Amino acid sequence: MASPTAKEVLLKPIFDNNPIGLQILGICSALAVTTQMMTSLVMSIAVIIVTGCASASVSMIRQRIPSSIRIIVQMVVIASLVILVDQVLKAFLFETSKRLSVFVGLIITNCIVMGRAEGFAMKNDPKMSFLDGVGNGLGYSFILLAVAFFRELFGSGKLFGINVMTPITEEGWYNPNGLMLLSPSAFFLIGIIIWIIRTFKPDQIEEA
Amino acid sequence: MPPKDSIANTFLVSFVLCVVCSLLVSSAAVVLKPLQQKNKELDQRRNVLAAAGLTVDRSGEEVAAADMSGTEVEEVFGTRVTRRLLDIETGEYVADGEVDAQFDPKKAAKTPELNTPVTGEFKIGPSSREKQTWVYLIKDGENVEQFVVPIYGMGLWSTLYGFVAVDKDLATIRGLTYYEHGETPGLGGEVENPLWKSKWVGKKIYDEAVTVADANNDDIKTGVAKGAPTAELAAYQVDGISGATITCNGVTAMLKYWFSDQGFAPYFKKLASEQGAG
Repeated sequence: MASPTAKEVLLKPIFDNNPIGLQILGICSALAVTTQMMTSLVMSIAVIIVTGCASASVSMIRQRIPSSIRIIVQMVVIASLVILVDQVLKAFLFETSKRLSVFVGLIITNCIVMGRAEGFAMKNDPKMSFLDGVGNGLGYSFILLAVAFFRELFGSGKLFGINVMTPITEEGWYNPNGLMLLSPSAFFLIGIIIWIIRTFKPDQIEEA
Repeated sequence: MPPKDSIANTFLVSFVLCVVCSLLVSSAAVVLKPLQQKNKELDQRRNVLAAAGLTVDRSGEEVAAADMSGTEVEEVFGTRVTRRLLDIETGEYVADGEVDAQFDPKKAAKTPELNTPVTGEFKIGPSSREKQTWVYLIKDGENVEQFVVPIYGMGLWSTLYGFVAVDKDLATIRGLTYYEHGETPGLGGEVENPLWKSKWVGKKIYDEAVTVADANNDDIKTGVAKGAPTAELAAYQVDGISGATITCNGVTAMLKYWFSDQGFAPYFKKLASEQGAG
């Protein structure tokens, strides 16, 4: 692999090598937290911080990590960072952290974080690894926010909790589409997004 | 330093890493604990006020509970609310000397010495509940106007935690609010909808033909109807939330449980007899 530039590392994962869109990683949390924009946004920021810092820290100690326990070492680093983020959220963003509940903790199991630590940070310097982590976090955020936009808009008629189309339950006119609030709709939306990305970038299409 | 893949280095790296990470995590937990504790307490107080309909800002304007600032919550709570620890089974307050201000009912519900099995005809999900819990007396000057009691029970995905405010006549609901749940936003999550919550105000708990003192478990009429309540039950029940049948059934079940002889009925009966005497 020719050494990539910082800009490439940061921006490529958003469209060209999207962790959800192309690598199909981190789907589980994408289903769970995308019923509202606010939770998705906080989740995205948390994931960006965790992937960035985890990749940077793993890369910093990569020369010393014995290959026999490298996965465990990565897990320990990631888990510690996730607990830190969870604690900070509980202290400063109580309302949102209540809504995200267990899913912040489950960033530990988000395949994107681990995938980047193992696949990139183990071979690259800390600065590049950090950018790569942030880039992949951004790619994840892009999908998350896009999915949440449609789910919250059509599922509850709101964006960031503010009424855009006033639902009938609040004496408005819009009859919310309940399916949008259930997990399958996230699958449909992610599928549609992948379809759109691949229409514009045909090189992502796998050989049948 | 030993070579990277040697056994010595493996031990060294894992040891150092564990020490560093545990220091990081534990210091964060210790440093942030007071803040988190405060958030939790404020959240509880905010919801007690929300259940009692006391969410007003400085100027006396009525606002949503979430829009009250921390200091406003403290202010109203401090002047209007008294917190007492209640022994649920006897309906008596725990004597002031024996009250632990840090008592956590949620933890107690899971602690063998502090809990008791959930018995009787109504089920709330968990198999045990705490023996003691906090209740909140809402005062207007000297007189107690409302009693706010905690309720919880299983919905579809999660246990819903909330408060219900009961008027001083001990038969009328003055407000109901949920502060913690994991129901689907837009469906079961609509238990948070202000419009739906406002429907609870004025609903009767027990059959109006009997007094609180005589009410038994069969007289608990309150709950969530499927669709709109029938005319004869309209005084007791609120409309169901469409697409949230199981959550609504959970709400009904927990109200019945907490208003039954296994829940707060002994407390209400005690209060009623005291009022009668006084």
